[in-house]
Amino acid sequence: MKKILGITLLLAGLIAAICIYQMTSTGSAAFFGSGNLSNLAQRIGILGIYAIGAGIVILSGGIDLSIGSVIGFSGVVMAMAVNAWGLSPWVVALGVIAMCVLLGVWHGFLIGRFNLQPFIVTLCTLLLLRGLGRGISGGVSQNLAHFSYLGNGSFLHVPIPFWILVVLGLIIGFFMNFTVYGRYLYAIGRNEEAVRYSGIKVNRMRTGAYVTCAVLAGIAGIVSVSYTGEVQPANAGLMFELWAIAAAVLGGCSLRGGEGSILGIIIGAALIKVMYNGINLLGVNTEWEWAVIGIVILGGVIADAAYKQKAARRVKSAKG
Amino acid sequence: MQGITKRFPGVLALNRVDFELFPAEICGLIGENGAGKSTLIRILAGIFQADDGEISLHSQPVRILSVQDSLALGVSVIHQELNLASNLDIASNIFLGREPRKGLLVDRKELYARSAELASRVGMTAPLTTLVEKLSPGEQQLVEIAKALSAEARILVLDEPTSSLTPTEAEKLFEVMRRLKNSGVSMVYISHRLSEVQEICDRVVVLRDGERVGEIPKESIAASEMVKLMVGRDISRFFPQHGEHKESAVAMSVKGLRYEGCKSDITFDLYSGEILGVAGLVGAGRTELMGAIFGIEPKSSGEVLIYGQSADIRSPADAIRASMGLVPEDRKALGVILEMCVSENITLPSIGSYNPPFMDRKREKQVATEQVAALDIKTPSLTHDVQFLSGGNQQKVALAKWLSLNPRILILDEPTRGIDIGSKSEIYKLIRNLADSGVAVIMVSSELEEIIGLSDRVMVMHEGKCTGTLAQDEINEERIMQLATGGVHGA
Repeated sequence: MKKILGITLLLAGLIAAICIYQMTSTGSAAFFGSGNLSNLAQRIGILGIYAIGAGIVILSGGIDLSIGSVIGFSGVVMAMAVNAWGLSPWVVALGVIAMCVLLGVWHGFLIGRFNLQPFIVTLCTLLLLRGLGRGISGGVSQNLAHFSYLGNGSFLHVPIPFWILVVLGLIIGFFMNFTVYGRYLYAIGRNEEAVRYSGIKVNRMRTGAYVTCAVLAGIAGIVSVSYTGEVQPANAGLMFELWAIAAAVLGGCSLRGGEGSILGIIIGAALIKVMYNGINLLGVNTEWEWAVIGIVILGGVIADAAYKQKAARRVKSAKG
Repeated sequence: MQGITKRFPGVLALNRVDFELFPAEICGLIGENGAGKSTLIRILAGIFQADDGEISLHSQPVRILSVQDSLALGVSVIHQELNLASNLDIASNIFLGREPRKGLLVDRKELYARSAELASRVGMTAPLTTLVEKLSPGEQQLVEIAKALSAEARILVLDEPTSSLTPTEAEKLFEVMRRLKNSGVSMVYISHRLSEVQEICDRVVVLRDGERVGEIPKESIAASEMVKLMVGRDISRFFPQHGEHKESAVAMSVKGLRYEGCKSDITFDLYSGEILGVAGLVGAGRTELMGAIFGIEPKSSGEVLIYGQSADIRSPADAIRASMGLVPEDRKALGVILEMCVSENITLPSIGSYNPPFMDRKREKQVATEQVAALDIKTPSLTHDVQFLSGGNQQKVALAKWLSLNPRILILDEPTRGIDIGSKSEIYKLIRNLADSGVAVIMVSSELEEIIGLSDRVMVMHEGKCTGTLAQDEINEERIMQLATGGVHGA
């Protein structure tokens, strides 16, 4: 809980800093201005959805590098299927989700049965799906009309993507905290063999994590293509897995596995998007974007590690 | 070392401890886990600094502020977990970081020449170009000693050096130690194996609860003396009474079992209420057999019957459903999950059954509290991480995991490895009580005293096959060793 308090304070501090800077330089708090919060909420929504997926896999001891390609590929399939066969986007969306389930099962199978490294398996998916998306579309940008409510609509003045994030967050959060499977996943992230010796079906659990991640990435891809109305096969979702991992790590998921919380991941996602927003509002040259964000994430992670080392040393010394 | 005092938050680890080491002697340092032995040694090795007290070497006061300082002063510690680079050869390991140089390059001729000299000093016969990972634990230990000697160590601290050695290798180690002693090296020997301490040490210093409680000169070294000082009370009946022989049902019947690494069919019966000791040398294949029975390893043929019913066990989940439990050999890697807390560990196998699929934290707490009380697990709280408990308490947590499931068959693999005397005795009582309540217990152990003291019957393995089973009145050290080294029962 300390970690969540820490990053919430960081988030609040960041927002405060942005507002203060704005007030003193332009005399208005554009952060809270008309479209800004709404835009921000929508972006946090989308990042949050697939960051939760990344976080679940990470805390179970694995990693999924294919998230970005799944997002892109989902968008391409959505657009192409609706255009080519005239199906309702909602039907195609269900199909895309089913495809993501199969992808997750595939990942779980390769990692569990053949003991392959998650890094390599998902890296290959990253390449395969990106290539597949570009191949079937010929690299041509695809449009998707009449489906913009999901990505652009609002309910009670809050953008739909944010609502989706909240609902998914609650469901998955409940699952992780109030069912035994959550406990199993954390344990597997700490020590997979010991969990196997305790009679838990490790492969099944791990596959569940990868399925969740793929499905969430698929949902994010669907919402994304709804938002922009078009998808470019070559770079839709490119590198998104890095943002997902960054959000998850900022939110408390150690890459070693066994740690992390859904709320933390959402706050992590918010931190990243607020940073982006801040950079824009403050007029920082967008060329410097990634440098700024990279430094902040690194700073956060170092601070966290230093705090942990201090705490661990205190307890370990007490043991003698 | 005089008046050494060391405080950690909340704990007085060492309280004005004096420890002296004379030239050319082997001094044993014993005490329960938590008594302060490792803290004292770490202060000597420069890993910690004492809050109070002085250290002097050859009557000169010294300040040891870092590991480099202690190495420079000729102090070398050989830890329980060896620190060798397994992918390098013997000579490279001996001089790791201190290779003789010719300018910028390593002087290989000099390296091998000097290594050869050290190797003969420790009686190592393997060629110096052998990769360390190909050596047996005993030979690896010799490399560590040679390494210490290459740093001109005059004081050698050996921390539990025999825990992964066969009896033959341990003897060889003692020979080397005696030779070193004759050449003037002094040694501190830390071990829980009191019979070894008795054999090799010139005197023994006993620590308890951070204080030096006594010293035993060579003539008086006896296990009972040592135990009394270590524990502070008389453990007269170290091993609980054997169960009376009563007619009981066959709890488990293994027929014609074959798995990878076994050299012939394994067939044996296990009776309810008995403790079946499984003895053998390191590498005899006992852990693999237990793995095959429990579903960790696949079996290629054979069947396992539980109370007469055939049980198709292909995974630990199946074994658990058949009312079995297994406490693995490697406590830290497999028996418990170190970074999780006591209650989480204890309830891991059973939590899925409280209120599936939901978490029942109330019941979790209840079960964990029951087990902690029943096994007398010393922990500040249920939410304390298991990695902060002592070895003995960690093992109790590993046991508690299974006890809450009420298994009818429990397999224990090296249940008291690396555990101090006091906790060992408690665990033996627990095992006996379990058996008396009807559980069929299999106990794999490499400590003969344990096997002889606790088992109702003993099955011995040698190189992947079962060489014989001894009934209660046939159990003795000789017979067991005979079977363990390949003799056949009845011969």
